[in-house]
Amino acid sequence: MIQFLFTGFTLGSIYALVALGFTMIYNATGIINLAQGEFVMLGGLIMVFCTLILKIPMVLGFVITLAAVTLIGAIFQRLAIHPLKNASLITLIMVTLAGSILFRGVAMFLWGKDPYMLPAFGSQKPIQLWGATLQPQILWVLGITLGVVAGITYFFKRTLFGKAMTACAFNPLAARLVGISVGKMVFVSFGVSAALGAIAGAIITPITLMEYDRGPLLALKGFSAAVLGGLGSAPGSIAAGFLIGILESLGAGLISSGYKDAIALLVLLLVLWIKPSGLFGSKEESELKKF
Amino acid sequence: MKRKDFHALWIIAAVIGIFPWAAGGNQYFISLLVFLALNAITALGLSLLMGYAGQISLGHAAFLGIGAYSSGVLTTQYALHPLAAFVFGIFLSAGIAFLVGRPTLRLKGHYMAVATLGFGEIVFIVFNELSPFTGGPSGLSNIPPLSFWGFPLEGISFLYLVWAVFFLLLIFSLNLVNSRVGRALRAVHGSELAAGAMGVDASQAKLQVFVLSAVYASISGSLYAHFLAFISPNAFGLMFSILLLMMVVIGGTQTVWGGFLGAAILTLLPEYLRGLEDFEVLAYGAILLSVLLFMPQGVLEGVRRIASGRKERGAR
Repeated sequence: MIQFLFTGFTLGSIYALVALGFTMIYNATGIINLAQGEFVMLGGLIMVFCTLILKIPMVLGFVITLAAVTLIGAIFQRLAIHPLKNASLITLIMVTLAGSILFRGVAMFLWGKDPYMLPAFGSQKPIQLWGATLQPQILWVLGITLGVVAGITYFFKRTLFGKAMTACAFNPLAARLVGISVGKMVFVSFGVSAALGAIAGAIITPITLMEYDRGPLLALKGFSAAVLGGLGSAPGSIAAGFLIGILESLGAGLISSGYKDAIALLVLLLVLWIKPSGLFGSKEESELKKF
Repeated sequence: MKRKDFHALWIIAAVIGIFPWAAGGNQYFISLLVFLALNAITALGLSLLMGYAGQISLGHAAFLGIGAYSSGVLTTQYALHPLAAFVFGIFLSAGIAFLVGRPTLRLKGHYMAVATLGFGEIVFIVFNELSPFTGGPSGLSNIPPLSFWGFPLEGISFLYLVWAVFFLLLIFSLNLVNSRVGRALRAVHGSELAAGAMGVDASQAKLQVFVLSAVYASISGSLYAHFLAFISPNAFGLMFSILLLMMVVIGGTQTVWGGFLGAAILTLLPEYLRGLEDFEVLAYGAILLSVLLFMPQGVLEGVRRIASGRKERGAR
């Protein structure tokens, strides 16, 4: 039981990071970036490339990975999303999908189809805790996730830039009127959300391995978390990420491991059907969103 | 149905009629044309859903799979007649589309896209996990060919059957969009509120076209199962749903023909790209992305605009 909870927390922190990435872009643009899972995959694989092939020390490799994926996300926004000023919704969805196919194609071309290993960040020795075995990497995952969440919260609540971004989310027109460059905010939001994906990818690879086609399922589950938490709400999506992770690991352990991937999706469908504003979303807020 | 549609139809029918003989019964060309027709059938249904009702579905491969697995499982494990299995698949798809469509079609835009995506993925997982029936990830083989009165349809005769089915559905769709129902759908696409004010039951209209497109997909799936004699869940996954959607978007959502054109491009293009080997996926993604960026209205409309020399206006 405790074991399931640990696994759940680990999965949950990844979903939370992916969900946070969705939330960033959605808040700044109203777009749901279906290529979000690809950022996670790229983060994992670039980290593998840096540490195992270039033999760069891990901390430096992590920084390089972060920078590289952030750059990819920003370039993607510049080249693919930016030119589509008044595009229809279907076109926007298709563009992020085409982007995800392209990223997957590049990754398959560069890394092949095999999954890659990455050594744990710290010690490899399993820890025994309350009768459960704990991989030390799980502590890294939880710690880094909490750090990132704290950082993001600080960014949005305390810095001028973060507040400007929140303003764009509430009302782009009004934000523009008070002198905020909405275009720049959108650009940055893609970069930051790619960085969040890269972090998730880099820290999860030592536990789950990483291969080129991992993206779509991660994106779907992260999105489930984002919706369950009330789309657009950062604390909500983090809580929902952990909730879905725990549900999934409990489901895998108690029901059937084959259907574990279906659990998050079922939650997604039920939430969308019954209460699209999410568990933590308020009713007034949801009326402002376009369901 | 308009006169121009008739002309286009005759030209395509003539090409398809002559082609197998001109190619000397070449197996490769026959299967390529069969796949083109199968994809075109599904794309036709999707273009009704997207172009006319303005709804997006990222889970249509699931309905294809439901049709294919109905045919496959019922004919191999329960020795049912292929036609009976075929009809069962249609009803099963329609029923599931009805149940799923009701709550899902209330959603809009991105939410609808992701909900259908989730639905498709769940069906995909079920295909994998119900292995006593479906054979699981390794698939289901030895599906008998479609036969009428003991006369099996294979090769060229199957090619003609598939295209005949496509033409029937195409004529039906062309008539549908020019009927009261089609006008109601376009009104819903324009503005649900306005359509409602004019007495159109928007949610009813959307649900009907969603079920119809699921039926098209199921027909295509059943035919696919009988043609290949082998099915596995991977053929009905997310990638194929995206591919179907790409067909409609690339062809253009303005007319029913867009779906056909998109199906033709996306069925034939990979065959040309095959020479590129490892670069195939890359080239594929790049081509899709550039069509979306430079011809957001689809190839049909893009070419028409270039041909008529009008300056391309931006996307809607």
